[in-house]
Amino acid sequence: MDDQKQPFNPLLALLAALAALFFVFPLIGLLTGAPWGRMTSVITSKSSLDALGLSIVASLASTVIALLFGFPLAWLLARGRFRGKGVVRGLTTLPMVLPPVVGGIALLLAYGRRGFIGEPLDKATGISLPFTLAGVIVAESFVAMPFFVITVESGLRSMNRRLEDAARSLGAKRWTVFRRVTLPLIWPSLAAGTVLTWARALGEFGATITFAGNLPGVTQTMPLAIYISQSSGRLDEAIALSLVLVVVSLVVMIFRRRIAGGD
Amino acid sequence: MLDADIQLRLSRLNLDTAFTVASGEVLALLGPNGSGKSTTLRALVGLLPLAGGRIVLDGTVLDDPAQRVKIPPEQRPISLMFQDYLLFPHLSAIENVAFGLRAKGIDKKAARDKASETMARLGLDGLAEAKPGSMSGGQQQRVAMARALVTDPKLLLLDEPLAALDVSTKTDVRRLLREVLRESVAANVLVTHDLLDAVALGDRMVVIENGGIVQTGTPAEVTARPRSRYVADLVGVNLLRGTARGTVLELDGGGQLIGAEPATGPVLVVIAPAGVSVSRQRPEGQEQNTWPGQISAVDLMGDRVRVRMDGTPPITGEVPPAAVDELKLDHGGELWASVDPAAITVYPP
Repeated sequence: MDDQKQPFNPLLALLAALAALFFVFPLIGLLTGAPWGRMTSVITSKSSLDALGLSIVASLASTVIALLFGFPLAWLLARGRFRGKGVVRGLTTLPMVLPPVVGGIALLLAYGRRGFIGEPLDKATGISLPFTLAGVIVAESFVAMPFFVITVESGLRSMNRRLEDAARSLGAKRWTVFRRVTLPLIWPSLAAGTVLTWARALGEFGATITFAGNLPGVTQTMPLAIYISQSSGRLDEAIALSLVLVVVSLVVMIFRRRIAGGD
Repeated sequence: MLDADIQLRLSRLNLDTAFTVASGEVLALLGPNGSGKSTTLRALVGLLPLAGGRIVLDGTVLDDPAQRVKIPPEQRPISLMFQDYLLFPHLSAIENVAFGLRAKGIDKKAARDKASETMARLGLDGLAEAKPGSMSGGQQQRVAMARALVTDPKLLLLDEPLAALDVSTKTDVRRLLREVLRESVAANVLVTHDLLDAVALGDRMVVIENGGIVQTGTPAEVTARPRSRYVADLVGVNLLRGTARGTVLELDGGGQLIGAEPATGPVLVVIAPAGVSVSRQRPEGQEQNTWPGQISAVDLMGDRVRVRMDGTPPITGEVPPAAVDELKLDHGGELWASVDPAAITVYPP
């Protein structure tokens, strides 16, 4: 892509190499420390498979929620004209910078058993979110959806809206304009936003353990299982599960490049 | 037949124009940048709401704010070719051209057939699957033209269709466009700031400046009797305002000229630069129609050189290139202009 070749600068190269190695060494650590002999048995144990299954189900569900609710929010933030838009944007993207554990506590106070929404909801319907899979999904959505919203919003902002005018002048109704012009044009940010959201949800730890707890087979996702293994001295197990997450993430990264383009 | 009366209030412009265009006719909308040409087209196509007026196309009211009528853009039988083409970057050339047909519910096969027919007519064979990003400016221009024509609009709007092209392709595309417009049965409106495009392609001209119409007529009428400084500059003639008493013309900015034809009252005075001769010394034995001025600009126009002089009135004369050296025009300083009464055209404003 670059036509101009960057001249060689030793200092730049050295610092860049150190930065790259900084990321590579921990991976090497994982690979060398892995219990390769017991790998299959660790990964295929019931508790591991439960955690992996939960992680995948919950992260996919929160990604779907992000698509369903985050897209309209991104659309309004990009194109709507209403007062307090800046405040809405600030509040809905706050979880990106908030420590997740703080998010978990805030979720408890709103949607928990004693929460100002959770309590009436429990009384009215018997539905209680904490310590359930639904709670995991809520926690992951809270932390991950903002990534989808800001990525899609910036995609909507940077597209040439006059192309939509052109489509309308050619006789396309609003839905056709959306389907055949807007959607294809923002596809790269849509794809990037989806993958980012999913990856963030998959790795979610702090808000999940605070709001949904750590019940094996119910709310114990991979990051929680890894943390528990490590802190209760089963380091081999922690490393093996970590490697599984690394592989899944790598596959997604490569897949993202494929669908969203980029160099 | 288009019957348009367009009134719009925008932050930087109040637009108020009214004109008609017969089916098969080409109306050239000429005006400087920011005069409201493109805005007029956006209003016609329905992308800008009118503040007042009415737009009627072939007997159908498209816009009439007083009656609360506003047909949305997608339901108007109008095609607009945008100045920057606005081709869909994610679609191939043929998908771009077929877009309007598909949007109108024509099935894929029929739409593609019609699209490739139109593309062939515009010399775009072999480019069906190319993406706009990989095409030359001239090819993109023709794809945009094909996309506008393929739906057989009743009103075809062309916004500066040649402006983005380089000089070498412009001539060919202008010829192609003229053929297309000659065969067109639609009412055609062409927006341009290039007099040559307006003269070559337009049957009739409307000149707009600052959101209002300053002159209408055939290209021959408009260029022979410009009514504004803008048109006079485009045509390349001197335009002065004044008051006539017989053949004596008292100019508004000061100065007096003697014309050939008598007239009375306020007049516009046109003097072709070729009718203005230039010398370093005051021409001997000549009292009338000669006055001094400081050289303010010297431009080469083809095989002639134009000299602009700041005097009373300011005037542009024309000399052969050899005179630049003889009269040392590049040194600046004072020149004398002399005008032959026969070169002066006078008409009411």
